[in-house]
Amino acid sequence: MVQKLDNLRESPSQTAGPYVHIGCTPNFTGIDIYGADLGTVMKTGPVKGQEITITGIVYDGTGTPLRDAMIEIWQPDAAGLFPSANETRGTADPNFTGWGRSPGDMDTGEFRFETVKPGAVPWPDGRMQAPHITAWIVARGINIGLHTRIYFEDEAEANASDPILSRIEHQNRIPTLLAKKTGEGDYRFDIHLQGPHETIFFDM
Amino acid sequence: MSPVNTRPKSGGFVPRDRDWQPDALTPWYKTSVKRSPQAALLSFPTTLSEETSPVFGHGLLGKLDNDLILNYAKPGESAIGPRIIVHGRVLDEMGRGVPGALLEFWQANAGGRYRHKKESYQAALDPNFGGCGRTITAEDGSYEFRTIQPGPYPWPNGMNDWRPAHIHFSVFGHGFAQRLITQMYFEGDPHIPLCPIVGVLKSQEAIDALTAPLDLHHTVPMDSRAFKFDIVLRGQRQTYFENRKEGM
Repeated sequence: MVQKLDNLRESPSQTAGPYVHIGCTPNFTGIDIYGADLGTVMKTGPVKGQEITITGIVYDGTGTPLRDAMIEIWQPDAAGLFPSANETRGTADPNFTGWGRSPGDMDTGEFRFETVKPGAVPWPDGRMQAPHITAWIVARGINIGLHTRIYFEDEAEANASDPILSRIEHQNRIPTLLAKKTGEGDYRFDIHLQGPHETIFFDM
Repeated sequence: MSPVNTRPKSGGFVPRDRDWQPDALTPWYKTSVKRSPQAALLSFPTTLSEETSPVFGHGLLGKLDNDLILNYAKPGESAIGPRIIVHGRVLDEMGRGVPGALLEFWQANAGGRYRHKKESYQAALDPNFGGCGRTITAEDGSYEFRTIQPGPYPWPNGMNDWRPAHIHFSVFGHGFAQRLITQMYFEGDPHIPLCPIVGVLKSQEAIDALTAPLDLHHTVPMDSRAFKFDIVLRGQRQTYFENRKEGM
């Protein structure tokens, strides 16, 4: 017998279920044990860069909005630096958390983030990626959290040379990853779990 | 430069094992049918966007955040139900403890009822039980909280489906690639093999990985039983030798 690899297996995922709010946004469902819900505020003071809002709805395969989802986003600041212990390239904007969490509205399903337009960050080989935000979606009926990215339709040049966007075979699906500009500083990013407009999800 | 006497660099995260993790489409869990993506997932190596993660300091925590028996109770009162301690470690796939990991947990009360606006099960609410708590792992990845054992409850799927008693966990590691939500089950619960949501797990080994054993070494005698639940997050490669072209 050869030596054993004593690696462990990742814990299997299970659905967040219909009551994810109790654990992750308790104030949203009327439980006031902690102060504010985590991830509600991404800007803790004056921030550098362009302040933006991103709104959207998660739709199921029938076009029905999910009213029990939770969406999280993670992104760098306007200079492309992450407010993370693993960031070694510099110090991020101290007034920016980089992380947001939004329960969809209980009636409409709409989520909303008030954040800043992210700066670009490099691909592992040093090429720059187009500005993007990582998004993660959990809900009842989703067995393992879905990763995707929010790119910006008004960054056409950067998107065209982005290492991920340029390797996608079905280029007609790329619009599912682009936040649409609906006003000055306002973007719309709807997420489709299934159907002809199914969002591109990442094996992440 | 020689790697001798330099610190290893953090590399990318080990890919998620999709043969081990549940599939998106599991028709016996009906809600998954219209909520499961059908196109193939797009694979690419982790980048800084996935290798970084928000930092949650221990200063975030209130004194009773990890005590569900007391954190919603009126002064002098406590939640109803079997008193238990849940403890364990957050590890990565290489077996290293993950310090500073934020754990958020939520559960039904001892009667199987959630405190939520959309909950409709007839079991009574416990006025002293909110159902949520949180903690942050210590330097060795260990964590602990106190709660009451939740009850099983019926849910609309088939005509007679019941959830085993369970506690939901949300976990942050050091990279957003490690983000995970899962559920902990209790050793010996006869509902485990019957539950369609447990049934999305692909093997008995996977079910066992989410089933917490009774741990008599960690009980508080005459007070609380204990269950042990370790959580494993994706591993991050560490090497002295970076994947760069020579001379770069």
